[in-house]
Amino acid sequence: MVQLQEVTFDELKHLVSDRALTGETMLLNMGPQHPSTHGVLRLMLELDGEIIVNCVPDIGFLHTGVEKNMEAKRYEQAEVMTDRLDYLNTIGNNLAYCLAVEKLVELDVPPRAQVIRVILAELQRIASHLIWLGTQSLDLAAMSMFLYCFREREIILDIFESVSGQRMMTTYIRPGGIWRDVSGEFVQLVQDFLEYFPKRIEQYEGLLTKNPLFIDRVKGIGVISAEEAIAQGFTGPSLRGSGVAYDNRKVRPYSGYEEYDFEVPTATGGDVFARYRVRMDEFWQSLRIIEQGLKKLKELDGAPVRSSNHKFVPPPRSEIGTSMEALIHHFKLWTEGFNAPKGYVYVPVASPRGELGVYLESDGSNKPYRIHWRTPSFVHLQALPFLSKGHLIADLVAIIGSVDIVLGDSDR
Amino acid sequence: MDQALIIEWVIKAVILLLFGLTGFAYLTLYERRALARIQVRIGPNRAGPWGLLQPVADGIKLIFNQELIPATADKVLFVLAPIITVLPALIIWAVIPWGRQVMIGGREINLYLADVSVGVLYLTAVTSIAVYGIVIAGWSSNNKYAMLGGLRASAQMVSYELALGLSLIGPILMAGSMSLVDIVEAQKGIWFVLPQFLAFIIFLLAGLAEINRAPFDMPEAEQELVAGYHSEYSGMKFALFFMAEYIKMIAIAAIAATLFLGGYRLPFIDIPAAFEPLVLFIKILILLFGMIWVRATLPRFRYDRLMAFGWKVLLPLALANVFFTAVILVLKG
Repeated sequence: MVQLQEVTFDELKHLVSDRALTGETMLLNMGPQHPSTHGVLRLMLELDGEIIVNCVPDIGFLHTGVEKNMEAKRYEQAEVMTDRLDYLNTIGNNLAYCLAVEKLVELDVPPRAQVIRVILAELQRIASHLIWLGTQSLDLAAMSMFLYCFREREIILDIFESVSGQRMMTTYIRPGGIWRDVSGEFVQLVQDFLEYFPKRIEQYEGLLTKNPLFIDRVKGIGVISAEEAIAQGFTGPSLRGSGVAYDNRKVRPYSGYEEYDFEVPTATGGDVFARYRVRMDEFWQSLRIIEQGLKKLKELDGAPVRSSNHKFVPPPRSEIGTSMEALIHHFKLWTEGFNAPKGYVYVPVASPRGELGVYLESDGSNKPYRIHWRTPSFVHLQALPFLSKGHLIADLVAIIGSVDIVLGDSDR
Repeated sequence: MDQALIIEWVIKAVILLLFGLTGFAYLTLYERRALARIQVRIGPNRAGPWGLLQPVADGIKLIFNQELIPATADKVLFVLAPIITVLPALIIWAVIPWGRQVMIGGREINLYLADVSVGVLYLTAVTSIAVYGIVIAGWSSNNKYAMLGGLRASAQMVSYELALGLSLIGPILMAGSMSLVDIVEAQKGIWFVLPQFLAFIIFLLAGLAEINRAPFDMPEAEQELVAGYHSEYSGMKFALFFMAEYIKMIAIAAIAATLFLGGYRLPFIDIPAAFEPLVLFIKILILLFGMIWVRATLPRFRYDRLMAFGWKVLLPLALANVFFTAVILVLKG
């Protein structure tokens, strides 16, 4: 058994400057219970007055052991855990996991399922960005924005509920397709949202972008250059805020993203405002993708949404009563699942926060041998000390909001 | 001094205190309901009709809350701080005129507690005491967040006091008196908000900063300092801080209405003195709604920007306003 060792004071000394040891600067413990640390992030701050000399993020307070747990579950069972990682991007997590499993077992996905996946992933992106926008504004004390954003997110969650029966923990996307076809009102619900939401974005812009107080709080704060951002492992909107047009939907298209016409918004400046700008522009791009997706969905009306490879995908219920083969497949899948061939895959997707990668290794059994999530929040958190150095506490709060962390995503 | 006068004063003082305390309680409800409307929520509506008993429920809850004093706190100062904060908020009310005279039972009663000849000076003197309470609260809690809040508060309130004081000079010059009653009476023709518009804006901004309201609520900035100077307070001691903030909100609104918006007067027409308190009350409600609206909409200033804004923008503007007002008044003779 491994002995746990106490960390001694000397081992931690290098984290702060010498002035902290003499008491010249103040050490302030921010979190894990703090209104602006977006969950249970703990920051150890060394302050000179209100200026941050050092910032030491301390993560792991939300560690759930999801990765390890998934190794003990069969492939189709493990998916339920993916919802619990980044709880603002559940559809995206499902998608990443399913893409990995599909790549591992070489499973095809019908086009209609692809389209529905894309529509839902983009809706999820909007929902996640709404939470980011709300919390970022709330961190700067523009409290009404928070509630406005939640009002809009509610509509998206209602759409999720109508297709999957769950608002957040959907587990709707499954290896080989989706759980079941979307409900009849789905197209209308999404259509309504498409009409409703652009007006709201303009209102947000009016409340924030045109507000000098807000601009004053975000411009020139937490600047990171393109080179430094790449070196720190930034991806997604945080990287695009530094002017690098890198997006996994364009670079390594998945789920048919290459068929959609959309742009990758970037901004220069690399500050909190640039990251804000990028995410605000992404709203429009996501809406564009959803609109095209709806068109495709209409063309593919009635097409199958699950792979017909019943070695991996359960046969439809109606067949079980009539087909012996279907019954056997059903029995096999429900008693022992499917065995994946030996090997490993890595699938990166563009989560709202950045590159979400799934590394899946199989030893040939029906359970993953090792699954690792390359999560953007974890990577972005390491840049906090760099971003916040020399800023005020009030700016730190804006910076935490701007890299858009979700602690469930960071602490697996 | 005749005994009836003393009784009259006591009665008026009690009424004012009761007004301050119930006003505070219902202002919290007013704010919560108004904020909720703005934020597409409903707000507290369970206790009593339209949530009218919510302040009572809150009060009872706070009274029965356990009062925690941190083990390492300076106990005397810790207890003293809320008292120092809340007292000035209450005694401000002494000089604010609610109307002229009414006849009750053959006795002429002034609708103000005291018509001090240096009423405006009294206001500035009393409001600046509150900063001690907040700094002491921040210091005595022995909590780093509270201390940062206390430090912010002292810097902010001292800086904005200057602009606040200077903005009051405009109406004083125009009225030629420091008595608040005289100032209101001087606004018989035209409210001072028109000739003194700049002073009015400066007063509102500095007033918001003085009472630590959004967007100048740095000392208690929830997102940065958790709750700032009152992080460690609970129960009635916390309620006292809360009370001070809200009573001062009403007071600032009342002072703004008195100095700039004609106080208890309507423009051009004379109304019976008995209705004059109502006029002032409505003006206060409108100004309070403005404060709530600002809180719902605006992000918070950053601390260093706030100081720069106070010293580099508000103070010079207030000085210029005093200068030009004086020059114009002299030229007009």
